[in-house]
Amino acid sequence: MSAKKPAIPSLATLVEKIKSGEFFEEIQKQVLSSQIWTSTFRHGYADTPRNRVLQIASNVWLHLHPVKIHRHALRIKFTWCMGGITFLLFLSTVVTGVILMFYYRPVGEYAYFDMKYLQYDVPFGMLMRNMHRWAAHAMVITVWLHMFRVFLTGSYKPPREFNWVIGVFLVTFTLLLSFTGYLLPWDQLAMWAVTVGTNMARATPFLGHEGPFQEYVFGVSPRYDARSALIGGSIVGPPALLRFYVLHCIFIPLVAGALMIVHFWRIRKDGGISGPL
Amino acid sequence: MTKKDEAKDTIWSRRDFFSIAGWGSFMAALGLSGAFFTRLLFPRVLFEPSPIFKAGLPSDYTVGEVSTKFIKDQRVWIVRDLEGIYVIFGLCTHLGCTPRWLNTEAKYKCPCHGSGFTKEGMHFEGPAPRPLERLKIELGPDGQIIIDKSKKFLWEKDEWGKPGSKLFV
Repeated sequence: MSAKKPAIPSLATLVEKIKSGEFFEEIQKQVLSSQIWTSTFRHGYADTPRNRVLQIASNVWLHLHPVKIHRHALRIKFTWCMGGITFLLFLSTVVTGVILMFYYRPVGEYAYFDMKYLQYDVPFGMLMRNMHRWAAHAMVITVWLHMFRVFLTGSYKPPREFNWVIGVFLVTFTLLLSFTGYLLPWDQLAMWAVTVGTNMARATPFLGHEGPFQEYVFGVSPRYDARSALIGGSIVGPPALLRFYVLHCIFIPLVAGALMIVHFWRIRKDGGISGPL
Repeated sequence: MTKKDEAKDTIWSRRDFFSIAGWGSFMAALGLSGAFFTRLLFPRVLFEPSPIFKAGLPSDYTVGEVSTKFIKDQRVWIVRDLEGIYVIFGLCTHLGCTPRWLNTEAKYKCPCHGSGFTKEGMHFEGPAPRPLERLKIELGPDGQIIIDKSKKFLWEKDEWGKPGSKLFV
């Protein structure tokens, strides 16, 4: 055992190894051949077409992206990069939103004061809140511009019609995210905007107590209809705040995230970004 | 392919039976869970003001009068005519402001966009598209008027004559 003990190198040889670069080459070799590295990155760095395909295809995150894209797909005049910007803004709201959740409590007594506390006392709280707010506003604008671009370039046509429908759902969920987030500051503007907004749910066909055909559905009343399910009562109160919070932070982001995965993957499966007209 | 596994005198083979039973149970569990969740969204108790309140004795109201006693707390006017008493909801049918009862002009006037309603609640001026809504009124066992704001009677649905829309005294 003691015979196999590696000799401690003298300082002179160590300096010599560092100077010649041999020291770093050894470390690199050890790291690159370690089990942790080879199991994480399953292919080499060789810049060959095959290896480039492997880098994309064998990575769960990158595989949503096409292995190869057409030159025209990179032209900013064709795509406006609106889909990509929308996704970037979504990621910004996710990150800043999670940070806001460390302080915000969706309870009637606390919500407004937590919002004020975030704005005026939490370090960088104002920055996080405003980044969340402006990214959300910008996302609504860019998602419409993305839809407009897709319409103008005829990219909704077969074989991309399925992805257009997914996109329409994503627009809807973007708007619902904005609407549910609007209540959370719990100020007068939030209260009354959501009061007016949820009053529209009274007119839901079949399920709203003032909507068409509600007389054919058993048990629909002001107490049991689409609006009361949405706000957990008959007025926009603390139950509505909690429901909107759960919808805003958990339910809608999960559904929208799942749809985004399908949306991006289908771009690749439908033959990449459509060509110029 | 051999048909050894399939019984000849039964509707379903064993394989079909287990497949249908498995999928059936799965779908039933999913459906029931959905029904349970839908029911869960409607709590048994609401922690908010009750829509039902007592409004005193019928003799508190004089014939021909529009009582503004409850407009501030309950947003209703109580009107008594020769036949009986009815309740008008103080919510403008245009965009939801609270109109004012103008006694000298004998009309409800909305301060927001100028909608006007007669004493009975009929719209006659301004942008309001339909008459004011009436609410349920009945007599309690103690002789007091009980008003239920969750039950509405709409003129355009021909409900102003329905039971509960007016208290005949």
